[in-house]
Amino acid sequence: MEPAIKIEKLSKKYILQHQAKESYVALRDVMTNNVKKVFSGEKSTRPTTEEFWALKDVSFEVNAGERLGIIGRNGAGKSTMLKILSRITDPTEGRVTINGRVSSLLEVGTGFHPELTGRENIFLNGSILGMGKREIQAKFDEIVAFAEIEKFLDTPVKRYSSGMYVRLAFAVAAHLEPDILIIDEVLAVGDAAFQKKCLGKMEDVSKHGRTVLFVSHNMATVTALCNRVAIMEKGRLKEIGDTEAIINSYLHAGKKNTGGYRDDSPASANAKLKIRSIRILNNNSLSVSELNNENKGFVEIEFEVLQEGRGYDATIQLNHFQYGVIFTSCIKDVDPVESNTKVWQKGTYKYLIELPMNILRGGDYSVTAASAIPKVEVLDVFEYETTFSVFDSISPVAKTTEGRNGAILPVIEWRKV
Amino acid sequence: MSNRIVIEPGAKAKHYWKDIWNYRGLFYFLAWRDVLVRYKQTAIGLAWSIIKPLFTILVMWFIGWLFSSQVPVGVPRILLVSAAALPWQFFSGAFSEISNSLVTNSNLLTKVYFPRLIVPLSTIIVALIDFCISLALLVVIMCFYRFVPDWKILFLPLFLLLAIIIAIGTGLFIGALNVKYRDFRIIVPFIVQIGLYISPVAFSSDYIYNSSRIPEALKFVYSLNPMVSVIDGFRWCIIGSNSTIYLPGFLISIVVSFFFLIIGIWYFRKTEHSFADVI
Repeated sequence: MEPAIKIEKLSKKYILQHQAKESYVALRDVMTNNVKKVFSGEKSTRPTTEEFWALKDVSFEVNAGERLGIIGRNGAGKSTMLKILSRITDPTEGRVTINGRVSSLLEVGTGFHPELTGRENIFLNGSILGMGKREIQAKFDEIVAFAEIEKFLDTPVKRYSSGMYVRLAFAVAAHLEPDILIIDEVLAVGDAAFQKKCLGKMEDVSKHGRTVLFVSHNMATVTALCNRVAIMEKGRLKEIGDTEAIINSYLHAGKKNTGGYRDDSPASANAKLKIRSIRILNNNSLSVSELNNENKGFVEIEFEVLQEGRGYDATIQLNHFQYGVIFTSCIKDVDPVESNTKVWQKGTYKYLIELPMNILRGGDYSVTAASAIPKVEVLDVFEYETTFSVFDSISPVAKTTEGRNGAILPVIEWRKV
Repeated sequence: MSNRIVIEPGAKAKHYWKDIWNYRGLFYFLAWRDVLVRYKQTAIGLAWSIIKPLFTILVMWFIGWLFSSQVPVGVPRILLVSAAALPWQFFSGAFSEISNSLVTNSNLLTKVYFPRLIVPLSTIIVALIDFCISLALLVVIMCFYRFVPDWKILFLPLFLLLAIIIAIGTGLFIGALNVKYRDFRIIVPFIVQIGLYISPVAFSSDYIYNSSRIPEALKFVYSLNPMVSVIDGFRWCIIGSNSTIYLPGFLISIVVSFFFLIIGIWYFRKTEHSFADVI
């Protein structure tokens, strides 16, 4: 059988112009540069351009019905790859053959118009994503029920809360029925319950024999969702293989850093907050990459507030490589009301978060961190994913060597009544 | 499998026009969106489609009267002006919308694939609807002066088509340039403003072509304006026997219209694959 997606020696080159500060070129600049050229009589006055290969010689195949995860850091070429596969931009070299109807989801709610009602936006967004009018009509009730917005169907979406907006947008996308679905990290939105619903929906999709291409920088999410993983680095394909094999090699590489990352790079000029480091600490406050659930374990986060402000919040997310997201925790959880009014002064802050070791399964974990003013703006996303493993010596599974379902292993007393 | 897509550098879609046909649903929805959004949160809404051309007519009528430009015998001046102001209003609306459509829809261009031509083309619908509403104005004026058009009025749709062709040709060209050089966002209103005065809205082409005071070279330059043929055509259809068309000028103008259409589509297709990268 032919592969669903066949990528051969795919490359994409961008020309970086170091002179231009604007994102677009003004005619004036082109003209003045040409005039300068004439007067100076040399070619060197041209703005210094530099070739940049966002993607270089990438080849792989995706078989029908497969769920392939693509991961890599910022600038690894993931987004460029997505854009080429979605036919938004042309490759410079190479060739892609796609067999089947493709839908790509690079953003939730593409083309939503704030002035239009929920009902109208469902039709508009559906058709933008490639659904026919009849197809939308047939799934309309399902979409509305999925988004839980029945009451606000005829309200302009500009009056929606951000949660409702995202739910509606995802509901439309989730009801696409292509042969091949290409998804960017759109799942990183919405509240936890809704995220879960979306993940469930995606698993349904792949069970129906559809091919899914999922792009993320979160190793744990990818491994929980996909059966094959491709790792990209600096525009090249570094590794591709079955999830398990990839996790092993990824973790093996990760062992070199002892359960932590530090980022001392300068923050951008208007950054309000930057996350500086994440470490895993054991009960002796030593930075480690392996914890035993007999003992205590901590995540240490350090961030720098660069501009004084209100409402800042930091989040850590604990991911299990097989079970996906275990939990997320925020500073404001302890006192949600007070934290809204608290003013953050400039300076460095360090927090210690104790992990609930007694319920964690054995296995490989990762910690990701981000900071935001909830519902207003994202302040920073920590680029590195800190990996560590937990050795299980106390859970019922460890004691009895029985198998057990579930992402966590709480020991709960059964009280006879 | 029938749905086979090959992505290659510079691969000009072999089924370019067929692809556009396949995406007609999106064309319809984008046009529908523009129509719905047009007069949201305005107090008098659709009435704007009447008020804008009405004021253009009144001002142009006043200017024509002020400089006592020629009017054919038996034709009220306001009718002469209306027959020109309406197609002009249509062109200026369609042209501006098409020119800006790519930039206003940049979020779509960078996130979803579809034949790019869909976006500018779908914006014409709004201008067409506005035009149809403003036709009512013309009917009212004709009734008021008890002016009955003859059989030539049947040719009106042909000249509307010509106006559409001009708007598409110039709009696509400027719109594609606008993606890279935002200067054109400033140039567009300027073109529209100047165009109103160099097109025969306040005066008639007969005057230009028959004048001995105007040098031949200038007459030729005048006829290069593609809207001259549209407006002359509209007047010929509406006013009928009292209006004549100066054929050489008319033909030059039509040739220029199609020249713009070809240039517009050519440039658009040449640059469209890089829209998402430069917008």
